[in-house]
Amino acid sequence: MSDKVIYAMYDDDEVLKDGAKKLVSKGVKIAEVFSPFPIHGIDPIIGIKNTRLGIMAFIYGLTGLLLATVGMRFFMVTDWPMNIGGKPNFSYLDNILAFIPITFEFTVLCAAHGMAITYMLRNKTLPGMPAQNPDPRTTDDKFVMEIRLSENANFSESDLQTWLKETGIIELDQKEIN
Amino acid sequence: MEFTLSKKAKNFTLALMGSGLLLTVIGLVMSMGDHHFKTKLLTNGLINSFFFFGIALGALFFLALQYATETGWYASVKRVIEAVAGFLPYGTGLLAIVLLVITLMDGAHIYQWMDPSTTDPSSHHFDKIIEGKSAYLNKVFFWIRTIIYLAAYLVFWRGFRNRSLEEDRIGGTEIHFKNYKKAALFLVVFAVFSSTSAWDWLMSIDVHWFSTLYGWYVFSGIWVSAMVVIVLLTLYLKKMGYLPNVNDSHIHDLGKWAFAISFLWSYLWFSQFMLIWYSNIGEEVVYYMMRIENFKALYFGMFLVNFAFPMLILMSRDAKRNVGILTFVGVVILAGHWVDVYIMISAGSLGANAHIGALEIGLVLLITGAFIRIILMNLTKAPLTPVHHPFLDESVHHEI
Repeated sequence: MSDKVIYAMYDDDEVLKDGAKKLVSKGVKIAEVFSPFPIHGIDPIIGIKNTRLGIMAFIYGLTGLLLATVGMRFFMVTDWPMNIGGKPNFSYLDNILAFIPITFEFTVLCAAHGMAITYMLRNKTLPGMPAQNPDPRTTDDKFVMEIRLSENANFSESDLQTWLKETGIIELDQKEIN
Repeated sequence: MEFTLSKKAKNFTLALMGSGLLLTVIGLVMSMGDHHFKTKLLTNGLINSFFFFGIALGALFFLALQYATETGWYASVKRVIEAVAGFLPYGTGLLAIVLLVITLMDGAHIYQWMDPSTTDPSSHHFDKIIEGKSAYLNKVFFWIRTIIYLAAYLVFWRGFRNRSLEEDRIGGTEIHFKNYKKAALFLVVFAVFSSTSAWDWLMSIDVHWFSTLYGWYVFSGIWVSAMVVIVLLTLYLKKMGYLPNVNDSHIHDLGKWAFAISFLWSYLWFSQFMLIWYSNIGEEVVYYMMRIENFKALYFGMFLVNFAFPMLILMSRDAKRNVGILTFVGVVILAGHWVDVYIMISAGSLGANAHIGALEIGLVLLITGAFIRIILMNLTKAPLTPVHHPFLDESVHHEI
């Protein structure tokens, strides 16, 4: 399905925020905002849902905790019990204190790596992936707002462009995408 | 907006103090003829004076931390932190009186090293280890150090408070930068004093034993208690319709602090316990043997509550923004940390003779009532929102 996308460029994040507020109050759906840094308070304006990364972090952490426990139970107690510092590994529970630091470290390791990889996958920014960014200047000092015509079927293209021009943009671009 | 004590709050604190006093008297009468009466009474005095002094000191430390890091978000709750820290002069007085009485009674079986017979080679109480430590642990040097700690804390507190009130009148950024410098200095002083004062006041009860980590463990305990009190007081004021600038994000941030410092405390408790358990050296494990023999359920129960409660319940974002959950967890871990101090002190001084009875509960209620009353009175002495704080605008628009 072919779609037409409008890219509106700003040189100030506050101007973009005010513009976004005006457009949203008219009922325009803003698909995305590209910015060199996180713009504080933009999420609720353009209707981005709260991230679920925290839930994933908890699940990854729990996985790490279980893996570490099962692993150490097998290595240190079942497979090859050793006598360390006069504390023979006959039982996991009796020696649980010795295993807690590693359990903790592995929990953190899994949570942190899982979160980072999930984040990059979800944003399609794994190393080597093609850039999604419409304009390289948004990695420097410019801000771009993306509006898709298919999501704004109620408005005509010229209406959208007029409204955008009123919000203090510095450049307007459009592109056909497939 | 000015804060005024409601009739309900006045009656509540009076009722707390009244019932506390009643229970204390009952407890005193019950244990009057007791062989350990004096030790028991002074142990309780030390527990409660240190616990509440610690809360005020923790709040003062937290205030200095905000100044030194030039934090913005906290400006709306700054007066709440100051009100809690404002208990410091009273806590200092209480602690000094208890320590003085203990000193005059030659340690009262709490500080064994204060008893002259332990360093007298001709006495059958002579203790070679205590004698070896007597260059540091003796009454004169103990009091020199104690007076330096307490005086330093009070001087810094007076300075912060006076400058804070001055800022309300004249504004500008000069006071802010002065606070910044003084707070940095305070943190350096506090880093040393918090450790050494914990050794002097608490660790020397178990005089044969030592741990370099002890000071941080005590410090994290008073910090988390202070955070919990600040959260509870903020929630109370919010409920009463004060603090219009404090929104969910401020509560969330305070909740995060309580959550994080609970972890710090658990981490230090565990680090100390695990290292001593692993190396299993007689001189070191004796500390835990005394606690496990006499307080097993209470000791490990206290650790589980202080660690697991905040971890499991306060982990999610919504829980830190929920008044009911925060209040519940706060009250529970505040009690948990009181038990921590209780065991820290009475395991060494009373051992098997310690138990939580009418005297213990009564004294806590009595001092809690006075503590709440004093904090609320402190709140009435200044506007609840600092007038000219340079970061006030940032705090009003705080959003996370």
